[in-house]
Amino acid sequence: MSIQVSSNPETIAPNPASSAMLDGYLFSLVSRLPALNLTTLDVDIAALVQGLREHALLRLQELQTPTTRDEEWRFTDLSSLVQVEFQAADRTPPIDRTQLDPFLFPEAAQSRLVFVNGVYSPELSNTEALPEGVMVTNLLSASGQSQGYHHLGKQPGGDEVFAVLNTAGLADAALVLISANQTIAPPIHLLFVTVSGTTSALNQPRCLVVAGTGSSATLIEEYVGIGQGADFINAVTEIWVEPNARVHHSRVQRESTSAFHIGRTAVSQGRDSHYTCNAVSLGARLSRHNLEVMQTGEQTETILNGLTLIGGEQVADTHSAIVYTKPHGRSRQLHKCIVDDRAHGVFNGKVFVSKAAQLTDAGQINRNLLLSPKARIDTKPQLEIIADNVKCSHGATVSQLDEEEVFYLQSRGLDQATSQKLLIYGFAIEVINQIPVPSLQNTLSQVIKERAF
Amino acid sequence: MINENSEVILSVRDLTAEVDGTPILKGLTLELKAGEVHAIMGPNGSGKSTFSKVLAGHPGYTVTGGEVIFRGENLLEMEPAARSRSGVFLAFQYPIEIPGVSNMDFLRVAYNAHRKHQGLEELDAFDFDDLVRQKSEIVKMDPSFLTRSVNEGFSGGEKKRNEILQMAMLEPKLGILDETDSGLDIDALKIVANGVNQLTTAENTMLVITHYQRLLDYIIPDYVHVMEGGRIITTGSKELALELEARGYDWVLEGEAPQVVAR
Repeated sequence: MSIQVSSNPETIAPNPASSAMLDGYLFSLVSRLPALNLTTLDVDIAALVQGLREHALLRLQELQTPTTRDEEWRFTDLSSLVQVEFQAADRTPPIDRTQLDPFLFPEAAQSRLVFVNGVYSPELSNTEALPEGVMVTNLLSASGQSQGYHHLGKQPGGDEVFAVLNTAGLADAALVLISANQTIAPPIHLLFVTVSGTTSALNQPRCLVVAGTGSSATLIEEYVGIGQGADFINAVTEIWVEPNARVHHSRVQRESTSAFHIGRTAVSQGRDSHYTCNAVSLGARLSRHNLEVMQTGEQTETILNGLTLIGGEQVADTHSAIVYTKPHGRSRQLHKCIVDDRAHGVFNGKVFVSKAAQLTDAGQINRNLLLSPKARIDTKPQLEIIADNVKCSHGATVSQLDEEEVFYLQSRGLDQATSQKLLIYGFAIEVINQIPVPSLQNTLSQVIKERAF
Repeated sequence: MINENSEVILSVRDLTAEVDGTPILKGLTLELKAGEVHAIMGPNGSGKSTFSKVLAGHPGYTVTGGEVIFRGENLLEMEPAARSRSGVFLAFQYPIEIPGVSNMDFLRVAYNAHRKHQGLEELDAFDFDDLVRQKSEIVKMDPSFLTRSVNEGFSGGEKKRNEILQMAMLEPKLGILDETDSGLDIDALKIVANGVNQLTTAENTMLVITHYQRLLDYIIPDYVHVMEGGRIITTGSKELALELEARGYDWVLEGEAPQVVAR
């Protein structure tokens, strides 16, 4: 079986005549995306995009939408997703600048990229505070001055079905390319806004971050929604942390609670590098975060903090994997879930330690708080260790609010509802406090404080 | 300080209570007036801690009979938070750790809940800060403890000092100290006792529950009650505590002790 790709090099779009042969659902999603005009692009970039898309379209035909019969999707049922007829997103949604103000923070006023429904917004973006030696822009307006964008699509795991879907529709990307030994002081804010329209839309954000040898940066990747539509946000972020570089990454997902969000964060770390990820999932009716970190050099360090806070009918799934391939690697992972009402949280934490990765020191903790009798959590640590001289620990707890703690607060004059909220806040804030941007920390604290339980 | 004419703060009559179907309090009667310091002593399992938790409204204990009148109101009908706002304070034997919530925030929320109950405006951050720092001196608490999570990583002594700081902020009419002295070294004990003494006024009353006479060297009680089998079996002056320390409880239980002082 083969796929027809337009022979016209200026536009690439699947041939509708062949779509019946393919997985109807996945292919129909791509077929509704607008064709991309490559003529206005840098030749090198046009070739890169075209190559990636064509390859992904070919791959897509071999893939099926996952079901709960697939081990990786056992606890998360996508049948509500595939029922929706997603269209291409409105490229120029009617929104007021002030609607975005709650999502902007002063620390990154001059170091941010904003994408609205997948389209780069030069008006809302500002990179004036960033020094020479760092390129923060969108792929379509990049020029050949940095070759870093050739890392796009090269992370391991890129043939996972939703990553392929993202690449098959690749239309633009946020680029953060940092030269060797550059220290970037202001946090780099990558904001992806989904504005709901009259139809449900597919929106596929993409990020590429390359932190050169010895560089250091703080990255805030944020997904937000305006309006309540059943939109599908399928995001892919690839991060290369070169030897001895440090990347402090916070990923905040607060889409509207009617959206679907599937996101992949794929990270490769060179030797002596440090990577921290604080992943916060608050929104979406159904969300999935695939977080995969590959330690490719010796003595690398990975810190993963996660917070999922859901209620109503929300489903939030985090699948993380840390792959050790070299000696002296270290990781610390803390993932917390707070699940209310009839919501359903999933945590699957993999750790692979290969034969060569001696003296690995890996620690994983998953703590879950269930706030209602109908709330559900599925948690699964998954350690595969081949090396024989390693230290790997894991622990998972599931609990309800402690009656003694609630009583202690009540005995000081706080009513029951206030006592419970304060305890939930205390549970959640440990992860929020790791985000190194005070105003974002405050905003998220406030979001959690104001949430009704 | 005993003053026969002062207001009755707490009146407990024939109180019975159980936990998980097991009766613990079996007809407890006690009256506390403003200005008085009462100590309750008694062997393990006599129901001392249960009594303190019942007064504070712990949901794990079921009152099966009797009455508790607090300043003219039926305390047993009140929610735990309402009891606190009306002026009941329990210093916990084992203070609870609350990770993620700073001591300062906790004190502010609690203090303002009390202010609101009294029909007063919430205190602004500046004034509140001053007040907390001033009250911290009562228990010689380092201000750095205010920014830390409530009781998290505190030593035993620090936790008990934190309890007294909370009491200082909330200015209760009835302060119940549930084995506040247990596990403290002598320096911490003096600080805690000294804090309690500073907070004792002619308008409030303190109920000090303890295993050890040692605490009563520093907090001088007006009455010492001995509890056994869920009841108060004898009441005396502070000398009774010394005698209990020297002779143990057996002689009291065997009926040698003086009769309950008529009130």
